[in-house]
Amino acid sequence: MLMINVFVSSVSTEQIKNLHMRFQQLCGNEKTLRKEHLENIPTLADNPIKTEIIKAFFDKRNQHNNELGSYEEIGFEEFLMVMSHFRPPSIKTSAEEKAAMRKRKVRFLFNMHDTDGDGKITLEEYRKVGIVEGLLSESESIGQEVARAIADAAMLEVASTNVPNMVREVTKITLALFLHFACPQILKDLEMESRMYVRFLDMNTANLRCGK
Amino acid sequence: KDNTILAYPEDVPSNLPVFTMDYPRIQIPFEITLWMLLASFAKIGFHVYHKITIWVPESCLLISIGLIVGAIMHSVLEEPPAVLSSNVFFLYMLPPIVLDSGYFMPTRLFFENVGTVMWFAVVGTLWNSIGIGVSLFAICHIEAFGVQDINLQENLLFAAIISAVDPVAVLSVFEDISVNEQLYIVVFGECLFSDAVTVVLYSMFTFVAEMEVVEPEDVFLGVARFLVVGLGGMGFGVLFGFVAAFTTRFTSKVREIEPLLIFMFSYLAYLVAELFAISSIMAIVCCALTMKYYVEENVSQRSSTTIRHVVKMLGSISETLIFFFLGVVTITTEHEWNWGYILFTLLFTFLWRGLGVLVLTLIINPFRTIPFNMKDQFGLAYGGLRGAISFALAFTLPDSIGRKQLFITATIAVILFTVFLQGISIRPLIELINVRRTNRDVETINVEIHSRLMEHTMAGIEDLCGQWSHFYWKDKFMKFNNRILRRILIRDSRAESSIVALYKKLELQNAMEILDTVSGDISAAPSLKESTNPKKTFMAEDLKNMHDLLSKNMYKIRQRTVAFTSKHALPNDDQPREILIRRHANIRRSLRHGSFQSTIPRSQKYFSLPTGQNLGSKYPSVRRRYAGKLLKLNLQTQF
Repeated sequence: MLMINVFVSSVSTEQIKNLHMRFQQLCGNEKTLRKEHLENIPTLADNPIKTEIIKAFFDKRNQHNNELGSYEEIGFEEFLMVMSHFRPPSIKTSAEEKAAMRKRKVRFLFNMHDTDGDGKITLEEYRKVGIVEGLLSESESIGQEVARAIADAAMLEVASTNVPNMVREVTKITLALFLHFACPQILKDLEMESRMYVRFLDMNTANLRCGK
Repeated sequence: KDNTILAYPEDVPSNLPVFTMDYPRIQIPFEITLWMLLASFAKIGFHVYHKITIWVPESCLLISIGLIVGAIMHSVLEEPPAVLSSNVFFLYMLPPIVLDSGYFMPTRLFFENVGTVMWFAVVGTLWNSIGIGVSLFAICHIEAFGVQDINLQENLLFAAIISAVDPVAVLSVFEDISVNEQLYIVVFGECLFSDAVTVVLYSMFTFVAEMEVVEPEDVFLGVARFLVVGLGGMGFGVLFGFVAAFTTRFTSKVREIEPLLIFMFSYLAYLVAELFAISSIMAIVCCALTMKYYVEENVSQRSSTTIRHVVKMLGSISETLIFFFLGVVTITTEHEWNWGYILFTLLFTFLWRGLGVLVLTLIINPFRTIPFNMKDQFGLAYGGLRGAISFALAFTLPDSIGRKQLFITATIAVILFTVFLQGISIRPLIELINVRRTNRDVETINVEIHSRLMEHTMAGIEDLCGQWSHFYWKDKFMKFNNRILRRILIRDSRAESSIVALYKKLELQNAMEILDTVSGDISAAPSLKESTNPKKTFMAEDLKNMHDLLSKNMYKIRQRTVAFTSKHALPNDDQPREILIRRHANIRRSLRHGSFQSTIPRSQKYFSLPTGQNLGSKYPSVRRRYAGKLLKLNLQTQF
């Protein structure tokens, strides 16, 4: 329950209860959540990066305990932990807290890209099916080369960010570089950041379905 | 026979006249044209000296010029043209302005903030009208001012007139200093929809002002009418928008009339709404919003450019004329000045606006993604200038209102005061208090990718939580859009400008620019048919340079339109496309001779050109499903 304290500080118990209800609904009869449970959500099926999102829940790196690899199944604590990346800032959140939250979001994105967990995004990973190709795969005849080309372009962009005193390899992006790139450019103060959160308001559980 | 001659006493010329003049025949179109030219010269004149337009908003300048011209006309005892009759203003001058605003509204931003915008527009305007009306009525009782004869209804009517905001000046300042998008869209949207609300209130209060007694049931009827008018306007607008989009599906053989269709349908929406006395402004705005997305896909590149240019032109000229006439008429009408009433009007205007913004923000902030802080609120409150609509409405007051002249004078006073004082001072003030800025750096592929990524992630997380928020609705709408609407309204769902196609095009453009710089001007070569030898043979070193240039610079040169556009300038996404199309044609011609193609060794891979394809190849048509549309909608709406 240690992790929940981090969460609780800015989220009401009501919202935690709601999430708990949802967690239980997703699990069905079992105590812990597995990938199959998430894959059975029908509305998630259309999402082009469904696999990545699901993987993110089971990714140990998002639990901020410096482990690598992924879980087979997760409990409510881990579920909450991942959700806490998306809690909305309130008016009372201080500037440092906001900066810290921004960093966590960027790390979340970084972890989505860095599939082998080595702390660097390589060109292959950037190109990989899932992120760039997944996003673009809706256009069927795009072709591999174009998707690759776009991924290459994106890589180059990040890699050529001008960061003083940082050793850079063109073919890999470290977390530090990504942070440096993403914080001003991607998570520009208001616009992007405003999108990456979910209000854990009261949910009408009657409307929730999860593939049963 | 002498009698018959006397019956026509005019001179009958005996010879064929070499030179005659018939002024009355052409008088009306002639004068209209002259006024328009005069206003345009004024506009041109302002931009000769850049510094002026930074410090003094254009509306101020136009009014000043109008004042000068009015003074001239007054001194020669000329009458200004009857431009401000109700019909001329509402049927001819207002629609272009509203169409301009509606067409270039940044849709995505708008829909993300639609709640706030409507809240401020509707509730805010009501608050202002009722507040100002009631307080003015209160001071009317003070004998010293001598305005006891104005009853409550007339006060409310007057208040409705002056609560319409018109932040033309403010928007251009916001543009220049890149104020944050949220503030911008709220001010923009509020202006647009408060016009609609004001016009509705005006017609309601005019009706009421002429009634002797107001029954309680009339209040209910008023509310009901309000809803009918607002929602009816939107409904009509959307309907006409769909009809227009549907029609453009079939115009591939008659490209020339495409712009005409757009204008005619928008205007028709406006007129039909006027016919039923529902909110024509809402109608035309909703029509433009609906139409834009589908039409821009169906219509050819040139037609699209034409439409944008003409919309901008008409809107700009209308606005210019209105401010100009404001200046002219200020001098030439008879004023009725009443210190007490007018000063209190000014006071109450500021007071109620400030209060209104405070209270409304307090209520709406918890619902907002990004709450407004105090500085934003100041910007909102101070940005409430009055302008064209108030002016026109004041002039079209029915003559049965006893104090019509006073109202006109007061309105003009308020407009001049707000436009000059607030318009000029808002810029330094905003900079002083340092309102949050938006980061308008050149956007990049990564931003595009990651914003898609985030949206999908968020939609996925929301699905996981079972949340319904605006991502959910957006998804739902997108699905509906893709499955049904696009099939009906768009000629072929092939992407003209999908995210990928745009990247390819931009890459091509950059590639061609680089080619131009390295190889001398291929595209400028006059008759390419003869050039079997290119001007320069491509050395390995050149190729290497090209390669380096491409990889380093290509992604930085990228130009993207900013998320919102300036009120007085066109969005500049046309430039890359136009360059592309021109160059594309030229390159293709020159490349057909194969000279360039064969000298590239296969190992030299241009970083983002698709391998195995040459520069001149056509792109495969693209069929898209769900998320691709999301990509595309975003891209489209950015433009």
